[in-house]
Amino acid sequence: MSVMRYVLRIRWGQRESRQRLFFWLLLALPLPLAIYSIGIGRYEIPPGQVVQALGDYALHSRQADFTPSIEYNLVTRIRLPRIAAALLVGASLGVTGAAFQGIFRNPLVDTNILGVTSGAGFGAALMLLINADPLLVRVSAFVFGLLAVLAAFFVSRLYYSAPLIVLALVGILIGSFFNSLTSLLKYVADPLDSLPAITYWLLGSLAAVTRRDIPALALVTLLGLLFMIGVRWRLNVLSLGDAEARTLGLNPARLKLMVIVVSTVMTAMAVSVSGVIGWVGLVIPHAARTLVGPDHRRLIPATMALGAVFLLVIDTMARTLWAGEVPLGVFTGIVGVPLLLVILRVNRTGWQ
Amino acid sequence: MAIVLKADALRYSYVPGQMVLDGVSLAVPARSIVYLLGHNGCGKTTLLEILSGVRAPLSGEVWLNGERLRDIPAHRRAQRVGLVPQMHTPVFAYTVREVVMMGRAPHLPFLGMPGRRDREIVDQAIEQVGLTALRDRPYTELSGGERQLALIARGLAQQTDVLLLDEPTAHLDPRNQQRVLETVATLARERVSFVISSHNPNSALLYAHHVVVMKEGRVIASGSPLDVLTEETLSHSYGMEMDVLIDGARGIRAVMPRKNGILR
Repeated sequence: MSVMRYVLRIRWGQRESRQRLFFWLLLALPLPLAIYSIGIGRYEIPPGQVVQALGDYALHSRQADFTPSIEYNLVTRIRLPRIAAALLVGASLGVTGAAFQGIFRNPLVDTNILGVTSGAGFGAALMLLINADPLLVRVSAFVFGLLAVLAAFFVSRLYYSAPLIVLALVGILIGSFFNSLTSLLKYVADPLDSLPAITYWLLGSLAAVTRRDIPALALVTLLGLLFMIGVRWRLNVLSLGDAEARTLGLNPARLKLMVIVVSTVMTAMAVSVSGVIGWVGLVIPHAARTLVGPDHRRLIPATMALGAVFLLVIDTMARTLWAGEVPLGVFTGIVGVPLLLVILRVNRTGWQ
Repeated sequence: MAIVLKADALRYSYVPGQMVLDGVSLAVPARSIVYLLGHNGCGKTTLLEILSGVRAPLSGEVWLNGERLRDIPAHRRAQRVGLVPQMHTPVFAYTVREVVMMGRAPHLPFLGMPGRRDREIVDQAIEQVGLTALRDRPYTELSGGERQLALIARGLAQQTDVLLLDEPTAHLDPRNQQRVLETVATLARERVSFVISSHNPNSALLYAHHVVVMKEGRVIASGSPLDVLTEETLSHSYGMEMDVLIDGARGIRAVMPRKNGILR
């Protein structure tokens, strides 16, 4: 313990030390939790065997004489894709929420402020209505998520100089518009067949995730996370507002546009895999700010880790607590709202 | 003396037909302190924004060491000219160190992160304004004057040739005013030129090398403090009677608004 204290230079009374401790704890959390979570389920697997199966997957799976065990198949075929998806989607929603709150300088926003989730919901509902292939549902959700934000962007351009707040306002309107279209689709949907499918998708779930879904999700998400890590200090400067960012030599319009594009693509990709999952993008940045402070150098990696952990825990609960699956969107709200209320009570360092 | 920053016939307006700046010219010699005086709304802040390059004039030109300011890329410009805004409230509760660290932005590459050298510069800037004891405190918990000092430290950490200060001492008590202005005077002797907008002619008498007095978007007087800070000019600029009191025996001058029946 004293070594730990020395290495981390922890002095509990000092905010800076405490925040550094929380930061490293958060970063260390996702991996062991993921290994533990892979083991949980109807067929329990001890963490040791999980690690062994993952090791085999990485090292031996292509060897001719490799004979997979039951645990190996269960871990790599069934559970790993789902858990990887939970981590990636959670990290994505968490960090994009933090980035949006930073550039909009507003504690009430997440990426959905520009309508991406609502657009994606409509895109998915459209394909579910005609019982299309699951892959098509995903592609459609992704495309309509991007289309909604593009629409918000171009419509806001019609209003002369278009400050960010106009973009947000138009985004909310476009989101409502797509929500209404989705309601229309639900109204005309077959109540025995496509309506439940649409409803279920809009509540969010990782139950249908397969190995096929992972490469695209992983590629987009990891590139996005890298971008966010790269620009994280600039987000501090950006959050001062445009005028000051310009006196410090930044091009705020360009940087914000980059952040919006990257965040939108990340969110559209995440939502296309998971369905609509609310609250993560709003709650996680607040929780992370309480733990590690508002400096984006720490906040950005912390929201990735905390978002990943949050969704992993929620999804593990969703698939193990009851015999049937509980939709994720239900849980994130039921857990997320009380969590946010607690944070708002405790938080003294995040927002002015 | 070499001229660092030069403005030629700057014109600017926010609303068509209402000129905020109407042909303003000025020159900032190297290692000097230039004071901008004038009534509220006479265009001081707009002028500083144009001099910093974040606002483009409608017409006229700003020259930085003989280079056209608008031709210099934003980050290189920000390495050479800094603008310390009037006090503001940030949305996030960054610590003083983090706020000051943002002054390093123009010196870092796009994906760069501040390093040890930047931290040293930041700590030194904080020391110069006397905030070392508060450097790990959230900026939002500071008093108005302390925030102003932190913003000035950020300007110092930017390490520019020219620093434009928008009413830097407006919220400071006399002791902190002196601390800031002495720091400014020291830096001006070493390498930096300052343009300071102010409503305090007495500070200009004490610290300025050159004073520019404005009225309604025009320069009405420009020159050395003793030449410019006269009862006539000040009264004209502020649109009220001003007295300049001279104590020849002690060699001091002070500017006072005239109030009949109190002093004479």
